Amino acid sequence: MRIRVALAAALAVACALWAAQTSALAASAEHGKTAFITHGCWQCHGTMGQGSIMTSGGKRLAPDPLPWETFSAFVRSSNRNMPPFSEKILSDNDLADIYAYLQSIPRPPDVNSIPLLRQ
Amino acid sequence: MARVLSRVRLNRRKFLTGVALTGAASASLPTDVANAALETTPTASRPSALRPTAAVAAAETGAPQVSAQSGGTPNSDFMVDVIKSLDIEYVPCNPAQSFRGLHESLINYGGNKKPEFLTCTHEESSVAMAHGYFKIAGKPLLVLCHGTVGLQHAAMAIYNAWCDRVPVIVMGGNDLDASTRPPGVPTFHSGQDINALVRDFTKWDDTPVSLQHFAQSFVRAYKLAMTPPHEPVMLALDSHLQEQTLRDRSKLKIPRYVPTAPPQGDLNAVREAAHLLAAAERPLIIADKYARTPEGVKLLVQLAETLQAPVIDQKGRMNFPNTHHLFQNAGGQVLLKDADVILGLELSDYWGTVNGYIDNGEADGAGLQESRIKPNTKLISISSVILNTKANYQDFQRLQVVDIEMAGDAEATLPALIEAVKQALPSNRGAIEARGATMKNAWDDARTRTRAAAAYAWDVSPISTARLSMEVYAQVKDLDWSSVGGDRQLSSWVSRLWPMDKHYHHIGGPGGYGIGYNAPAAVGAALANRAFGRFSVNFQPDGDMMFGPGVLWTAAKHRIPLLSVMHNNRGYHQEVMHVQRVSSRRNRVASLGSDIGPIGTRLENPTIDYAKLASSMGMWSAGPITDPNELAPALKKAVQVVKAGEPAMVDVVMQPR
Repeated sequence: MRIRVALAAALAVACALWAAQTSALAASAEHGKTAFITHGCWQCHGTMGQGSIMTSGGKRLAPDPLPWETFSAFVRSSNRNMPPFSEKILSDNDLADIYAYLQSIPRPPDVNSIPLLRQ
Repeated sequence: MARVLSRVRLNRRKFLTGVALTGAASASLPTDVANAALETTPTASRPSALRPTAAVAAAETGAPQVSAQSGGTPNSDFMVDVIKSLDIEYVPCNPAQSFRGLHESLINYGGNKKPEFLTCTHEESSVAMAHGYFKIAGKPLLVLCHGTVGLQHAAMAIYNAWCDRVPVIVMGGNDLDASTRPPGVPTFHSGQDINALVRDFTKWDDTPVSLQHFAQSFVRAYKLAMTPPHEPVMLALDSHLQEQTLRDRSKLKIPRYVPTAPPQGDLNAVREAAHLLAAAERPLIIADKYARTPEGVKLLVQLAETLQAPVIDQKGRMNFPNTHHLFQNAGGQVLLKDADVILGLELSDYWGTVNGYIDNGEADGAGLQESRIKPNTKLISISSVILNTKANYQDFQRLQVVDIEMAGDAEATLPALIEAVKQALPSNRGAIEARGATMKNAWDDARTRTRAAAAYAWDVSPISTARLSMEVYAQVKDLDWSSVGGDRQLSSWVSRLWPMDKHYHHIGGPGGYGIGYNAPAAVGAALANRAFGRFSVNFQPDGDMMFGPGVLWTAAKHRIPLLSVMHNNRGYHQEVMHVQRVSSRRNRVASLGSDIGPIGTRLENPTIDYAKLASSMGMWSAGPITDPNELAPALKKAVQVVKAGEPAMVDVVMQPR
């Protein structure tokens, strides 16, 4: 019985996550790219979310962004060097589009395939 | 354009009039007379030459007045002899009437050699060139400037040199005697005490009133500037004193320069520090403006290896090879948190090193402040700066309480510290060797992670800072290169990815972070590298470039080989982020206007064409380049130009950091 309950709970969480991810994926990556610029995200994170040790503590936003819940919660409530972006200045739709844009960013080439990085 | 130019006529007679009168009566000459020498011919009926007045005719045909002062030599010739006694190679200057006497002596009596006059277009560039030059050559330059207006231009660069502990000998021309100085412009350009302008950020200053006084003060100024902590010094140089005639030189003496031994840390404190370091389980060495000479790098390697202690190089100088397994910048925060003993060598900001600051507006706008170290971590400091601290400007940073503080030059103190550590080390070195092995693994891991991080955004446009760094490295790696600009704004990719093991592989930053340092300092450092046949490369921020672009012309004029690669992110990016941060914190949308960053922070609409800018100054250039695949061919050509002894620029449109 306990196992069934646990499985059901896990399924519910997975469904919720899937729904959130799907919702984000349904958003416009193209518009998200524009919103990523107009809302100033690029300033610290680079236009591809590649990050910088000088401006984002070396953290990358993409590829493979954080799960939507973690990502959106951080954007709304950050209290470290990154300021919070409330719904008043960054709408839920724009935030979802930005997330879709980050999801659309492809993985970089394998470092060993780049001759300049093998010097 | 040709038609317009053809209408411009040089009126020779008025031109000569202007020259003669300028020489005879100095700048009391109305400026419109000189300006009128180059004029547009207004009417066809005007005669081709105006009849000269008696004064003009006399000025044009008569012998120079100075020759009437028979039986002597110009005072400024003696000043040149004093200057020459100190083996100063160059004098980067913007010319000015208030030191015309010395100027004339330098180029005619002194033969324009040691020192050689370098024509600059701004005094800030002159001083910053001297700043960069010292960090390669280890010798100071002399900068001459107009006493009030020129010195105000120079002030920012002097402040940078002060914060960066770099010696520059600044002399400001000044006409002190109000009863004899020419009226008009020279009086605007004179002051009662011009040195007061920069007294808060110079080590020493003086106003010599006689030639012997000048000789003593110049040698003293040089000596003080060159004694650690190195700092700029200032002399006011009276115009009248320069131009008077010296009739009997036999009584004048030029003092011999004897270098002052740098101050060393107290030996008892050295021994106490050595015991702490030798007994530490997790010692950590942090160096900032430490290595004054190549020997300093070797000494730090020796100390680190003796302890197998990791080193964080804050890169105020090239302190420690990043190819060494004890170079541990990548793991710095963890090492700080775990350290039980920290040795700070010439740290500009000890408090900021061991404490964190979060700029999040908390604490009523002051931001969060939190310790990065354990409460019982022992702190040791060796720094000479405490010997020369002033009150007004706050470059001394917050007070950090330490356990052992030595007022002395760190490089000079290290030999004694190394010996004391060797004596204090336990006979069983097992733990120390194990520490070294851990650091070797950490270094290898960091290298792998850094290379992997560089691959992100590799092919994008605007071009990534990592991509640019490695495209340039590919072109210079087989040369004896020297990176003479900063790389913080490139996310430090140059110092993270390029193997740096020579003291000239990088030269640190501006000191006071006053924008306008990088371009002229790079030219000055390249000038010093030219004597060694080294290839100088400069990653040049765009905002900094626009503070004093005239230095590009100075580089072209004096054939200073330097590859400048523009980090053109089209903005004052630090400020882009600051205004965005404050807007978001205040729950407001940042107003962008027509730009992609907050109003007032971007260099776009229109964009600046730096290749054209460089080209207009007589420099080979390419760009703006937006496609990373176009970098290699452009850089290859630029490298050839620089190898042939000329400066070159490649403008690259870049990611912000």
